[in-house]
Amino acid sequence: MTRAEISQAIIDIVNEIVPDEDWSALQPEENLRGKLESMDFLDVVMELRKQYGVEVPEADYGALSTLQSCVDYLEPRLARK
Amino acid sequence: MRDSYDIVVIGGGLGGLTAARRLAREGRHILLAEQHSQLGGLATYFQRRDHIFDVALHGFPVGMRKSLRKYWGKDFAERVVQVRSIRFHNPQFQLDTTFDNRDFRAKLQELFGLPQERVEAFFAGIAAMNYYDDNSETTREFFQRYFPGRTDVWRFLMEPITYANGSTLDEPAISYGIVFGNFMSEGVYTFQGGTDCMIEMMQRELRSCAVEVETSAAVDKIYVAGGKVRAVRVNGREIACQAVISNGSLPRTVLEWTGQEFFSPEFLSGLQKVRLSTSSCQVYIGIREGATIPYIGDLLFTSTCPEYNTDALLSRNISSRTYSVYYPEIRPGTHKYSVVASMNARYEDWAKMTREEYRAAKKAMIEDTLAALEQYIPELRSICDYTEAATPLTFQRYTGHLQGATFGSKFDGLRYSMELFKQVGGLFHTGSVGIIMSGWLGAANYGVITANEVDRYLN
Repeated sequence: MTRAEISQAIIDIVNEIVPDEDWSALQPEENLRGKLESMDFLDVVMELRKQYGVEVPEADYGALSTLQSCVDYLEPRLARK
Repeated sequence: MRDSYDIVVIGGGLGGLTAARRLAREGRHILLAEQHSQLGGLATYFQRRDHIFDVALHGFPVGMRKSLRKYWGKDFAERVVQVRSIRFHNPQFQLDTTFDNRDFRAKLQELFGLPQERVEAFFAGIAAMNYYDDNSETTREFFQRYFPGRTDVWRFLMEPITYANGSTLDEPAISYGIVFGNFMSEGVYTFQGGTDCMIEMMQRELRSCAVEVETSAAVDKIYVAGGKVRAVRVNGREIACQAVISNGSLPRTVLEWTGQEFFSPEFLSGLQKVRLSTSSCQVYIGIREGATIPYIGDLLFTSTCPEYNTDALLSRNISSRTYSVYYPEIRPGTHKYSVVASMNARYEDWAKMTREEYRAAKKAMIEDTLAALEQYIPELRSICDYTEAATPLTFQRYTGHLQGATFGSKFDGLRYSMELFKQVGGLFHTGSVGIIMSGWLGAANYGVITANEVDRYLN
C-alpha cells in the first residue's frame, strides 16, 4: 500500500469508530488523543488486525499517536503483506 | 449446542455479553453459557406479580452511550438517557445535584464554602491521575491533601462512588479518580426501557450474529492440555474450544474449574491474597398500579450516621441506604413506580444465621427500610403492595460469586484477571474486577479489552 492509501485506510477506520468527529480536516501531526479515547485505540488495533492482518502489540500503541506516526509505523508492516 | 466452538464464554454478565458480541463480529464461533436462567449477571431484573425490579440500573456515566453504540449498535445508544437528579440527605448536609463537573464545582464552593483554587486543584488532581503511575496513595490520603479534615466533603465525594463500585476511602486513589472522573463528565445516565428491555435486546442481537446463547448452562470444568485450554464441561457435556472467557468468579475460574496444578506458585499465592469486594443487601418495593409517588430524586443517598464510615456502611445495623427510584418514564407507556434500596453488607454476617434467624433478619430489614423511606414518601405503606429482600446469600446464589461479592475484587485483582492467559494459553477473564473495571461501563469495556486479547491469541 502507498502512504496515501494507508492514510486513507486509517481515516476510514477512525471514521467508522467515532463518526461524530469531523475527520476531513485531520492534520498529519495532530494528536489523535484529542478525538480518540483509549477504548477507541483498542478498536483501531482490532480493525487493523481484521482488515490488514497487522498486529500492533501493546508496547507499540504509542506509535499510533498521530496520522503521520501511524503511517510511518504501518508502511513497512503492510509492505510485507 | 454443537460439540465444538472457537470460544466459550462462561457467564452472561455485561462483560461476557459484550466480549461475545465483539468477537462474533470478528467472525468467531461462540457459545455463551450462563448458569442462571436469565442473562445479565448483576445487570439484571426480576418480575414479581405485575412489578419489574431493576437490580442495578441507575446509573452509569455517559460513556456507556458511546460503548453501547460501538459495541452493540445505535438502537442501544439511543436509549441512554440522563437521570434528573441525585439527592443527598444526611446529618452533615442535604442537597440535590446533577452530578456533573459544573454542578459539583458550584456545590463545593457555594454549599461547602471551599475556595475556588482548592476545588480546581482537586479536579486537576483527578485529571492528572494515571493508571501507570505509582498507585500507593489511598483515596483518604488524596482527599486529605485537598480538603483536610472536611469529612462532609469526603462524604459528598465518596458516597456515590461506594454505591457505584463498592470502593472505600482505603482503596487506591486511582480507583476513585477514574470512576469519579467518568461520572463528572456529564452526570448520571440510565437505560430507557429498563434492564429487561436491554437484556432482551442484547440476547436478540447475539442470536442475530450467530452466538449460541445457552441459559441454565453451568460450566464446572475447564480442560487444559499442553498448557492450553482445550474444552469445557457444560451441564456434564464436554465442548471443545480454543479459548475460554470466564465472566464468572476469578478465584473459582482458577481453583475450581481449571485446577491449581496449571498455575505457577507465584500466581496462586498472589491470587489468594486478592481481596474480594464486599457484598450488598437490597430491598425491593413495588408501588401498586394507579398510585404515584412524589419526585424524591432518581438516586437518593441517605444516612443517619454522623460521618462517612466504612464500618458503619457494612454493618448489619444499617444506618445508610441508597434508594434507586424508578419512575414510569423509565418504561414509557407504563405507569409503574418502584424503589430499590441498596446497602453494603458483609457475607459472614448473613452466612452464619440459622434458617429462622435469616428469615427474621430479612423481614426486619424490609420493615426498617419501609420505616426509613416513609420519611420521604409518607403514604408509602398504603401504596406499596409488594416487598422483597436480597442478601449476600441471594447474590451468591444467582451470580455464583464467592461470598456474594457484588463488585468482583478489589484493585489488586485486576492483575490476576488480566494475566490469566499468561498462565494457561487461551484462558481469559472479564467482568467487574479491580474496581476500575467495575459497574456497567467498566464491565462492558473490560469485555472489549478481553475480546481484543482473545482475538490476538486466536490469530
